[in-house]
This record gives sequence, structure tokens and C-alpha cells, in this order.
Amino acid sequence: MKELQTRLMPHQRRLLMAVPWLWLAVFFMLPFLFVVKISLSEPMLAQPPYADLIRSVEDGLVTIQINLGNYALLWEDPLYREALWGSVKVALVSTVLCLLIGYPMAYGIARAPSHWRLPLLMLIILPFWTSFLIRVYAWIGILKNNGLLNQFLLWLGVIDQPLAILHTSTAVYIGVVYSYLPFLVLPLYATLIRLDNTLLEAAADLGARPWRQFVSITLPQSLPGVLAGSMLVFIPVMGEFVIPDLLGGPDTLMIGKLMWTEFFANKDWPVASSLASVLLLVLVVPFVLMRHYEQRLAEEQG
Amino acid sequence: MLKKHPLLVLALVAGYAFLYAPIISLVVYSFNDSRLVTVWGGFSTRWYGELMNNEPLLEAAWMSIKIAGLNASLAVVLGTLAALALVRLRKQRGHQSLGVMVTAPLVMPEIMIGLSLLLLFVAMEDVFGWPQGRGMLTILLAHVTFSMAYVTVIVQSRLAHMDRSLEEAALDLGARPMTVFFTITLPLIAPALGAGWLLAFTLSMDDLVIASFVSGPGSTTLPMVVYSSVRLGVSPQINALATIIIAVVALAVLITGVSLYRKEMRQA
Repeated sequence: MKELQTRLMPHQRRLLMAVPWLWLAVFFMLPFLFVVKISLSEPMLAQPPYADLIRSVEDGLVTIQINLGNYALLWEDPLYREALWGSVKVALVSTVLCLLIGYPMAYGIARAPSHWRLPLLMLIILPFWTSFLIRVYAWIGILKNNGLLNQFLLWLGVIDQPLAILHTSTAVYIGVVYSYLPFLVLPLYATLIRLDNTLLEAAADLGARPWRQFVSITLPQSLPGVLAGSMLVFIPVMGEFVIPDLLGGPDTLMIGKLMWTEFFANKDWPVASSLASVLLLVLVVPFVLMRHYEQRLAEEQG
Repeated sequence: MLKKHPLLVLALVAGYAFLYAPIISLVVYSFNDSRLVTVWGGFSTRWYGELMNNEPLLEAAWMSIKIAGLNASLAVVLGTLAALALVRLRKQRGHQSLGVMVTAPLVMPEIMIGLSLLLLFVAMEDVFGWPQGRGMLTILLAHVTFSMAYVTVIVQSRLAHMDRSLEEAALDLGARPMTVFFTITLPLIAPALGAGWLLAFTLSMDDLVIASFVSGPGSTTLPMVVYSSVRLGVSPQINALATIIIAVVALAVLITGVSLYRKEMRQA
């Protein structure tokens, strides 16, 4: 029994590896070098709106001019720090909220009779296939002052004045949890369905109560899945733009939205790039964590 | 087993209500006669009619469909190559780094991909004179880059769980690797390629952020039109558009779901 590895000619193997590798290296990795480069240049009223780092001076000399001013600005102006902190806070809190809602759902699906599982999973995936933008838009109609939620609460008599939810952080949390919930339920389900049932049976035989069984067996066993899934929410939410833009208000400062404003409204590409560089640096740690737990999961599956 | 856990049932019901309430509200109010989206003014299909006469929106939708179709086809080819390399060439140089480069686009915030690619395209045009300006081509290149990562994940899991005995038998009988790939491997992973194509198509149709960075004049996509209209507040035409998208997706998922279900039941 020979592996494909040894069947292919060396040049064929190299080619198979090289094509996707080069595509991603050129269109995914290389661009970040340009982000760092532009973040070190000076903004200029030009097209494109930055000064080149490498300038040839008249007598044939080439000078490289590095400008750390953009990073100094990020450090000095509290706006940027608040935005970064705002993003961390929203990403962290929403990840926890997603876990609190998503874990029982994934657990419920994994425990459901087997002929129920596929339809239940399909129902989790379905919203994911419809437009993200439009699903976020749907919350505007629900959360605004004369929206569905307020009409419903007024009708119930719980409140006698409409609640201002749209354009606040609450609306951002609702939107983020709503949009990213499937990203967490699916990997959690995949972990929970593979758990070793013999341990649970042993615990039950020894008289452990269901809650005790869950806390001391299921929960620790599913921890790698929980952590890998959490990063699938945390990392993209850190740079989220659409949700804070459509549902958030002046009290929700997030780095993704600030980058958009710097880039499109202020046409300040260097500052937008330095924000991106900082965000990239911040995201390295959760990304490494995610890879670590995913690989552990893959090894456990054999 | 679920019967013993009323709390789990409650969690499921509440969770699904949370996921579907907004979608249902979109559909219901798309048939609302009133312009004020949340005030019921009687049943009407007028917004569908207005949608069909909305020239800029239809043009953008056509642009998006063209990009999404090309993107999905390219992403399936590149994603399959990446998946093959990741599953079958574990000892090859570059295996580890390819693994990282395939995982990263899955979680990388779109705004980072959009900004960095725009800067790359600007620099490339400066040095090579290509791609000239920004438009359909640059959006396509950007979309292929992130959607091939999703295709890779789907195809990779199919390849990893695939029965290898047929391939090995053919190889032992002296078939060349290329022949084996096209006559045995490809048919076996075809469902994954189909799913990957559809996912890549959907991801491209749905992307606002990346396209906003790398598009140029004359290449406005559907999400860009939707976004500029949604920013001004709720609009019944967008509800109608949402309903059409939801209907198409639900139908596709239903067909796939039923066929999967039947297959599973037959095997059981």
C-alpha cells in the first residue's frame, strides 16, 4: 500500500503544493507587508494619498524616510485606544454570550434523537447562507423606537415608553451574538457528538447526578472545542464593521469602524494602515491559540 | 434522551426563535403596503414590483452574480488543490505554512483583507501596470483568496474521511496518479466540491466590506447598493429582496437536506 506522496513525481508534488501556496502568499500574506509599509509613510494630498517611503533625490541618491507619526498619533489620541478597548470588550462579551446561548443548543442537538439531528443542524446553517448584511438590517426594524420589539412590549404593558435600543451598544451586542452564534454552535456540536459515552455511563452507574456528570465529564472533555469555537467568534468580531455601523451609535467605538472612517471619510490611508497593523498584532495571540486547539482536536479524532 | 431534559428543549426553542424571528419579520413586512416598514398597512406585493424596476439594483445584482460564479469556480479549483496538498502531502515542504495560510482567511476580519489587498493592488499597478485600475477583476481576485480557504476546509474533511482502498487498488494496478485522480478521487469528493462551490458563491454574493475597498467605478456590487440604501433607514424594497434571497436559499437547503436525509436513512 503506497501513499500518493510517493506515487507522484517530485516535480508534480512541488507543483501541487506551489499553486495554492503561491496564491495565498501573494494575495493574503504579501498585502500585510504593504499595510506595514504604508503605516510608516506620511499622509499626502495625492492619488494614492501617501508619500512613498523610498524617494530618489535629484542627484541620483535614494533615501528611505520612515515616519512613526501615525503610531505616535494612535498612542496619544485617546480615541484610538478607546476604539481598541471597545473592540476587545465587544468581542469578549459577545463570545461569552454566544457560549452561554450556543453551548446548550449544541448540547441539545447532540442529545436529540438521531433522526432529529440533521434537520436541527440544517436550521442552524440556513441563516448563515442568507445575506449577513440583510440579517443585520432586519434588527433595525425590530429594535428601532417604533420597531417590533417596542410595539410588542408596549402592547404587553411592560413598558409605557419605547426603549431606545437601536444605536446603542446593546443593539451591537444583539447583532453580534445573532450573527456569530452559528459559528460557535457548529464546532461545539462537532465536539460534543464525538464525546466518549462510556465515561458518562460509568459515572451514571456509580450514581453521579446528571448535572455532576456534565460538569465533571462533558464540560472538561469539550473544552478544546469550546476554546477553538470561541476564537472563531472573537477574532472576526474584533474587526467587525457592518454591525457597529448599522446598529451602533456614538457610544460604540470599535476599531473596524474607525478604520473604515479613516480610510473612506478622512482618506487617511497611513493612519488606517497603522490601525490595521496594531489590530493584526493583537490578533496573533488568539489565532495561535485557535490553531493549537484545532490541532489538538484533529489529533484526538485520529 | 432529550425528553429527560426540559431545560435543553427550552434552550433549543429559544435559540431557534432568536435565529428566525428577524428573518420571519423581514419576510412578513416585505408584503406590507405601508412604506413605514413596521406599521402594517395591508397585504401588497408592490415592493416586489418596484424592486423589479430598480435599475441600479438589478445591474449590481447581475455584476454580483457574474463575480460570484467566476469566483466559485476558481475557488473550487484552488481550494481542491490546497486540500489535496494538505491531506496527501504531509511531508512536503510548505505543508505547515500552507495550513496556516488557509486557516487565517477564515477568521481574518474582512476589513483587514480589504484594506491590505487594496494596498497590494495599488502597489502592483504602480510597478507592473497590472491590474489596471480597480473593478471586477480586483474584486474577483480578492474573493477567490478568502473563499478558497472555505472550499479547502470542506474538501479537506471529505478527503480525510474518504475510503482510500479504491484509489490504492487502481494505483497498484498501475494507473497513473492523474488518471486515478480524475476517475476515482474526483467523483468521490464531488459532493464536497458542489458544497464548496455553493458556499464560495454565497460568500461572494454577500461580501460588502472587501468589495468596497477593491472595487472601482462601474463595478458596484449588490451588497454595496443594499448597504447604501440601508444606511438611510429601513426600506421595504430591501425586505422584498431579502425575501427572494431567503426563498432561494431555503429551497436549495431543503432539496439538499431531503436528499441527504434519504441517503442517511437508506444507509441506516
